[in-house]
Amino acid sequence: MDILFLLVPLSVVLVLLILGGLWWAIYRGQFEDVEAEGQRILKDD
Amino acid sequence: MKFANTQATVYNDTVVRQFAIMTVVWGVVGMLVGVIIAAQLTWPELNLGISFLSYGRLRPLHTNAVIFAFGGSALFATSYYVVQRTCQVRLFGDKLAAFTFWGWQLVILLAAISLPLGLTTGKEYAELEWPIDILITLVWVAYAVVFFGTIGTRKVRHIYVANWFFGAMILTVALLHLVNSAEVPVNLFKSYSAYAGVQDAMVQWWYGHNAVGFFLTAGFLGMMYYFIPKQAERPVYSYRLSIVHFWALIFTYMWAGPHHLHYTALPDWTQSVGMLFSLILLAPSWGGMINGIMTLSGAWHKLRDDPILRFLIVSLSFYGMSTFEGPMMSIKTVNALSHYTDWTVGHVHSGALGWVGLVSMGSMYYLIPRLFGRKQMYSMKAVEIHFWVATIGIVIYIAAMWIAGVMQGLMWRAVNADGTLTYTFVESVKATYPFYVLRLLGGLLYLGGMLIMLWNVIKTATVGRAQPVTIPAVAAHA
Repeated sequence: MDILFLLVPLSVVLVLLILGGLWWAIYRGQFEDVEAEGQRILKDD
Repeated sequence: MKFANTQATVYNDTVVRQFAIMTVVWGVVGMLVGVIIAAQLTWPELNLGISFLSYGRLRPLHTNAVIFAFGGSALFATSYYVVQRTCQVRLFGDKLAAFTFWGWQLVILLAAISLPLGLTTGKEYAELEWPIDILITLVWVAYAVVFFGTIGTRKVRHIYVANWFFGAMILTVALLHLVNSAEVPVNLFKSYSAYAGVQDAMVQWWYGHNAVGFFLTAGFLGMMYYFIPKQAERPVYSYRLSIVHFWALIFTYMWAGPHHLHYTALPDWTQSVGMLFSLILLAPSWGGMINGIMTLSGAWHKLRDDPILRFLIVSLSFYGMSTFEGPMMSIKTVNALSHYTDWTVGHVHSGALGWVGLVSMGSMYYLIPRLFGRKQMYSMKAVEIHFWVATIGIVIYIAAMWIAGVMQGLMWRAVNADGTLTYTFVESVKATYPFYVLRLLGGLLYLGGMLIMLWNVIKTATVGRAQPVTIPAVAAHA
């Protein structure tokens, strides 16, 4: 199962990227006033 | 730095309109091929002895047409529309966006020529030969630049949850395609996979199931999170839950693939990992499904007289059904019965016809009149009829396949007291015949619904007029 030497590290990299994305979203204030964001799209046109 | 798209006063709806129309056209084509091969399974003589029309060649044409041509066009259309509306900015790169449209149509055209000719890599849902694979890569990179360019130049600080789903779909599909389609060309029309044997099978289903998870689930969830609130005129039930849904789904999806290889040469522990992750997926899937349906909480009456909302909500019930059925089928003991039977075909179609199909149709019925300067479709009565015809078609289809599948599984494993098999294979084929007829009927109904939609869309487009839509002044700036 040599292929796992490709797929498993790939998943680890991916999870790190996802964590990075989550980190960015939290600390850049994406989730500060979430319920208001749900309302906003109803007024976009 | 100022980008041209941030100065624009109108949205780029041209590319959205093109993809929306082609969604309907490719839907008709892909489902027609599906009906033809369903008829061939019932009456094998229907291939007329012509190699181009044989089941083995038309089947990948059907799957590619419905997944990548119909589903793909729906994803392009809705993601381009949603990202512009929620970011309040014109699409990044007009020429690049146009390239994604024409490039994607070229991919579909090449698929429609090469697959009936028997040119195939033989990898399920990745059958297209290497030159087409390269074209797909180019189009997909352009798609990523257009989409993330638009996000990067957005005028609203918050990135709406639908965009996260679309974005995850774009990035993951790029990775899946690059890894799984690694191949060694022999000539222009033939290549061999870079992997061999069980390694190849593992990569193939790592790709195959993640394509289900990101192309056919995440992307369409993006659609769901925008068009259900818009059509219901209510915000999503819990925006907080939608965020948890997104992160939980993408964190846990990657390792469900091995459940396609239960009881094969794949190491046992890898199979168990696949089963475990498939079971875990039930939680985020149902969280999202409940969140979407509960958006109607306090406004259930809207379901009574709004057929578009019915398309969207019923699609979610099929999503809930198939994301329950899937984890159950991934359990090894259940899989021992269900695998290689028509139960799998039924499961796929409850997801494909019920979830992907209905949510796309509902979204298109919201989108298309607006793209032609109208408030609603030419005939709402036709939308209503389409809904019922399609839903009844799906129910007939999947019920027939459930019964056929369980029956086949039981017949194949039945053993006499002396240890010999009770039934020959051909006896199970014979017993399946009435269910193949029923499946064809279900498919015909579903295709009939799509033809009604095509007529309705043509009427809407001819009475309406495509007008540029002005980007509203942004209240809450980045």
